[in-house]
Amino acid sequence: MTISLIVNGAPQTVEITDGNTPLLWVVRDLLNLKGTKFGCGKAACGACTLHVDGEAIRSCSYPIKLAEGKTITTIEGLGNEQDPHPVQQAWIEEIVPQCGYCQPGFMMATAALLNIIPEPTDADIDQNIINVCRCATYYRMRKAIHRAAAIQKETTAKTKE
Amino acid sequence: MATNKKRISRRRFLVRGGLGTIGILAVGTYLFRSNIRRGLAGIANTADTPFMGNTKTPIIWFEVTKNNDLILHSPKVEMGQGTFTSLAQMAADELEVSMEQMRVVHANSSSGNIDSFATGGSTSVSALWVPLRELAATMREMIKTEAAKKMKASVTDLEISNGIVTAGSASMTYADIVQGVDDWDIPDTPPLKELKDYKFIGKPIPRVDLKDKVFGAPLFGMDASMPGMLYGAVVRPSTIGATFLGADTTKAEQMPGVVKIIKETDFVGVVANSQIEAENAKKKIKAHWKADKNWQTADIEELIAVGKGEAFVIQKEGGPNDFLEDATGLIQSEFKSPIGAHAQLEPNGALAFVEENKATIYMSTQVVSITRDEIADRLGFDNEQVNIVPTFLGGGFGRRLHTPNGIQAAVMSKAVGKPVKCFFTRKEEFQNDTFRPPTHHILKATLAENGLIEAIEHNVSSGDVAFGSPMVPSIAEPILGADLGAWRGGMIQYGAIPNYQAISWRVKLPFATSWWRSLGLLANTFAIESFIDELAVKAKKDPVEFRLAQIQDDDRGHRLKEVIKAAAKKAGWTNKVINERAMGFAASTDANTPCAQVVEVSIVDKEIKVHKVTCAMDPGIAVNPDQVRAQCEGAIIMGMSASMHEQMFVEDGQLQPTIYGPYQMALMKHAPKEIDVVLLQNSDVPGAVGEPPLGPIAAAVANAVFKLTGQRLREMPLKLA
Repeated sequence: MTISLIVNGAPQTVEITDGNTPLLWVVRDLLNLKGTKFGCGKAACGACTLHVDGEAIRSCSYPIKLAEGKTITTIEGLGNEQDPHPVQQAWIEEIVPQCGYCQPGFMMATAALLNIIPEPTDADIDQNIINVCRCATYYRMRKAIHRAAAIQKETTAKTKE
Repeated sequence: MATNKKRISRRRFLVRGGLGTIGILAVGTYLFRSNIRRGLAGIANTADTPFMGNTKTPIIWFEVTKNNDLILHSPKVEMGQGTFTSLAQMAADELEVSMEQMRVVHANSSSGNIDSFATGGSTSVSALWVPLRELAATMREMIKTEAAKKMKASVTDLEISNGIVTAGSASMTYADIVQGVDDWDIPDTPPLKELKDYKFIGKPIPRVDLKDKVFGAPLFGMDASMPGMLYGAVVRPSTIGATFLGADTTKAEQMPGVVKIIKETDFVGVVANSQIEAENAKKKIKAHWKADKNWQTADIEELIAVGKGEAFVIQKEGGPNDFLEDATGLIQSEFKSPIGAHAQLEPNGALAFVEENKATIYMSTQVVSITRDEIADRLGFDNEQVNIVPTFLGGGFGRRLHTPNGIQAAVMSKAVGKPVKCFFTRKEEFQNDTFRPPTHHILKATLAENGLIEAIEHNVSSGDVAFGSPMVPSIAEPILGADLGAWRGGMIQYGAIPNYQAISWRVKLPFATSWWRSLGLLANTFAIESFIDELAVKAKKDPVEFRLAQIQDDDRGHRLKEVIKAAAKKAGWTNKVINERAMGFAASTDANTPCAQVVEVSIVDKEIKVHKVTCAMDPGIAVNPDQVRAQCEGAIIMGMSASMHEQMFVEDGQLQPTIYGPYQMALMKHAPKEIDVVLLQNSDVPGAVGEPPLGPIAAAVANAVFKLTGQRLREMPLKLA
């Protein structure tokens, strides 16, 4: 089957034999965007989190056949060194990653959270950021999430001026 | 490791440049080989060192790139512990380049200075502390000598900074200087700079891999790819002790996308055109297994009980038995820890490409040379024909010290003549892990009239940790008897107690057990430091004072006392319960790094809630204090996870659970909102960092819970009755 979708702003068409192929493998293996990670394959750890139409989705359990016409954003499309997303900027400033494997999933989950709750409380963070980090970088991640909210607020204020 | 005692000798240090490549210099030595061959060094013309076919080719430590960056080829792998950054700081300071010019890559096994030990045991920075700086300093002096020739100046007139050598108004970059040099002058190892003169060592430099990790660069074994790559899947057993008998693959052969079914004597697998096709075909393979026994959790608990295994006295001072046998006033407690999974996020796997005369393997491994030797052995190749290209590890924690998955990928690649990538499913990770063994502890003590400990004994019964590992020579077993990994943290650290002993009981378990970050430290410290707290309560003494009063007056004792005092002071230690919050205290000494922690705990909705952790640790020189703090923060929460949430069960012969969630781990909501790390430096070398801060946390939490509730929790995971 042929699936058309927009990935990180670029229209993509993929040929796929099995429509149940997880979006994760399409992104990683066909589109060669390796930033989105495989952790468990059962939507239990969040390492594969990316955005589908702006919403945080665990792509290991999202069949490609549902992605027709959808807009996908991965960590590679969230921001880059020249123009980092507030979440990435905050992650750099707090020096969050250790092994780094789960971090794109956390950053994508955080970016989606900030879209819904621009200034999350600790309780909001506890409820919504439920990915798994084995290096247990949670302490710095929490600081980075608050910092990202502050950066985003500042950026938004500047844009309005 | 004693590697930091070895020195670079001039004879081992021969360097060449040239051969048509421009601006690249490599410095080499067989620093870590036990069979020291005389050194070589040489050339690489790209940042990716090419496959060179055998180890007679140069061993590369540093390269100067055309744009005057320095690339360090690290013999230690980066699994999150921050080693790359510390090594870069050490090299940059002696090489006189900026951190921005410093890059670090994994040494590959063909051309790099791979380590015949492993990356583990919190030894990376300490082992390389002297040799890496000496190499960097030597290279700096070589460049200076060459610069003096090219600039027609005296070496003493040269100024050197940020990779640029200046003589009066003239200047040259390192890249210019090393161009076309065929014959280098090798100086004697120059003296190292004084600590106070370092610009980067001791400073909180941002991680060198920070941006790559934030912007999603393809760093990990799972991310590796090659043109024409196929996807493999291997059927793995779900039953403990299962032996592979064979498989019916007729249905799998007909599945779409299947390239080849791989039938070996020890495994069956499939190679297909895509990941999903490999997985789908694998599900159709009917593998036959034989297991002798239907193991249950209760069987394992029975096996692991103190008294069942083989006993080895690992520490003895005074005559503890005189006091502890039939003593009146004997205090005795027992503690347990469960089977623990590594649960690292990146599954084990490998990308292998086996060609006629060589093999290239990309993978996350902590044992580059062992992985290479094992794969070469299976393929019938010489070691030199196998190039292991280590990638960043999506978590290590000891899980990647055993790498048979590399062999399977190589066997499959050989069978199809193409690159094959193959990795574990999450269920397979949980059921085929090399687990942290469960432990059982019995502690006994008597108190003297002054309320201090008169005699104490720690019995720890554990499955193997270090034995059976390819890193530990089999000769260690008969010599040591007791498993050196299982006893880590198991000795009594209060040397002023007149009579004490520790006994390690060795038990053979039916499933694989091995190194798990900090080895026995977590469980042993939980048991000992909980028991010390019990004794302090019995003696009606403040637990901090009680500990300080029983530490010996030597260097080790001094350092332990200082971290205990520092943690208590910074936390504002009190033995009182205030506003329904209590503090708990514990301390440990691991690999010569003492660490003390104070936790603030309350009970919220009948659950243990850790609000704040104060951690004082003395690792000696903190090459990168920010990353030492990061290791403390992570180890504390990982230790909370392991001691308050995690537990593997054995049900009808299977290790369970097999997925995150049911395998409960600490998440964001469980992490303390405050972690305050105090770093001491009462040693003039960098010591262990990655594992020591895992020691105290479990006992500190349990001790606080006792103060709050009167419940003495003696089993991990810690749960209120």
